Amino acid sequence: MKKIEAIIRRSKFEEVKEALHAADIEWFSYWDITGAGKEREDMVVRGQVFESSYIQRRMISIVVRDQNLDKTIKAIMDAARTGDLGDGKIFVSTIDETYRIRNGQKGPDALY
Amino acid sequence: MKKRFITSIILIVVSILPVAAQSKIAKEVPHIDFGNTAWMIVATALVMFMTIPGLALFYGGLVRRKNVLNILMQCFIIMAMISLEWVVVGYSMTFGTNTGFLAPYIGDFHWAFLNGIGINDVSPYFVSQENARIPHLLFVLFQCMFAVITPALIIGAFAERINFKGFLAFSLLWSLFVYNPVAHWIWTSSGWLFKMGTLDFAGGIVVHINAGIAALITAVMLGKRKDYRGHAIPPHNIPFVVMGAAFLWFGWYGFNAGSALAADGLSVNAFLVTHIAAATAAITWVIIDMLVDKKPTLVGICTGAVAGLAAVTPAAGYINLSGAIIIGVIVSVVCFYMVAFVKERLGYDDSLDAFGVHGMGGIIGSILTGVLATPLIQASYSGLLYGNVHQLNVQLIAVLTTVVYSAVMTIIIFKLVEKTIGIRATKLEESVGLDETLHNEIAYTTID
Repeated sequence: MKKIEAIIRRSKFEEVKEALHAADIEWFSYWDITGAGKEREDMVVRGQVFESSYIQRRMISIVVRDQNLDKTIKAIMDAARTGDLGDGKIFVSTIDETYRIRNGQKGPDALY
Repeated sequence: MKKRFITSIILIVVSILPVAAQSKIAKEVPHIDFGNTAWMIVATALVMFMTIPGLALFYGGLVRRKNVLNILMQCFIIMAMISLEWVVVGYSMTFGTNTGFLAPYIGDFHWAFLNGIGINDVSPYFVSQENARIPHLLFVLFQCMFAVITPALIIGAFAERINFKGFLAFSLLWSLFVYNPVAHWIWTSSGWLFKMGTLDFAGGIVVHINAGIAALITAVMLGKRKDYRGHAIPPHNIPFVVMGAAFLWFGWYGFNAGSALAADGLSVNAFLVTHIAAATAAITWVIIDMLVDKKPTLVGICTGAVAGLAAVTPAAGYINLSGAIIIGVIVSVVCFYMVAFVKERLGYDDSLDAFGVHGMGGIIGSILTGVLATPLIQASYSGLLYGNVHQLNVQLIAVLTTVVYSAVMTIIIFKLVEKTIGIRATKLEESVGLDETLHNEIAYTTID
């Protein structure tokens, strides 16, 4: 069982969502995140243009069976890519156990 | 022709009949007019609405989420505190008459606690309707809302870094010793700037310049926010800003059209020029936004509208439509330049541009009143464009004196509060946020 966490552009979220659904992912969670780094983006407040290091992105999180890992990653990667700096990253980690709360089912069977 | 003939016959008959003539004389003395009173009650409520929630939301949206409650609290408590100050001594100090050498500078205390003002007393103050007046108490209330919003405007300058007790002490002292005297100078018949012929219909000098200069001084004296990097910090809730600006625009009808103290043509003209100046300034700001930064911004259009409203305030009773449009265009150009370039270059941290928008708006409007005032609106007042150079000189003197007086007094009051109570929030309070540290409340929680 693997957890995939991906930081993607908010502008690419809809495409990534479609691609994941097309790859048979039934459900995933996501949230808005703000990154603070050396990268800068222009901001304007009352005519003042300045560079901000606060960059808005979206993080999605999916836990899948091992055999679905590659196609899920491919789906995200293809859909989220623009080729410019700032397309984001994908992190994969191993999940020790999974339980389905409704019936106590455990292991990969509790996943899709 | 026929109508006029009949009218003149009626007039002759009326003037012959002694009884009719008597009733005519009775009508010529100042009395409480119901129509004017009804409008002024509404206007007073509209001006109240400008401070809370208007200004509160406008400023509250512009700060970071950790300080929004502090801003709302400051606006709310100023409403309560200055209203009390006003009925205790403020009204008397401002609009009371004084004897002796102090008369041109400050009122006395004979109306303290509104002592001696009966419910059926006629207001001693009027603009164009000498006889059809409003109750004295209504005038007290209407002016109360002006006294409230003026120190509230300064909040924008020291936002996000002032301690609450220091803020209260500063605001109270500033109202007593800066707002009250300056309003006396300009708005009472014994005031020295009034006697000189200063035109300030609804408070461009008394409210906006006065507060704007105090804002600049406090922003400089209090120092920058510790994480200020020479540019505005992005607003946390722009819909609040938009709502606040819209409420301000709405309330400003009471502010300016109400300053006619009657429901007459002068009042409606003030309404018209206020509305059009705001609209012109809003559009002008958006055009500059698009020229400079390519995109029209919400914060921009709101700022433009507020700048236009501030600038038309002193002029509302003296200019016509073309004057309103000219003021609207000029004020947005100047204020945009101030907040986008000058502030950054000079490096002061006027957090929410209380000086750049209100102060500069007031200065532009008050000077332009001396240029654009037209005898078409009030026959006895005209500006430079209509051949009266003197009016512009008077406006400049009034603006300059108010700038100097407000600056000097603000420095003294600020120092006094700083030395006794303390005025700057601690580093910890500032970084954690004033909401949590000063008020023990959080605006946006994750609790269901």
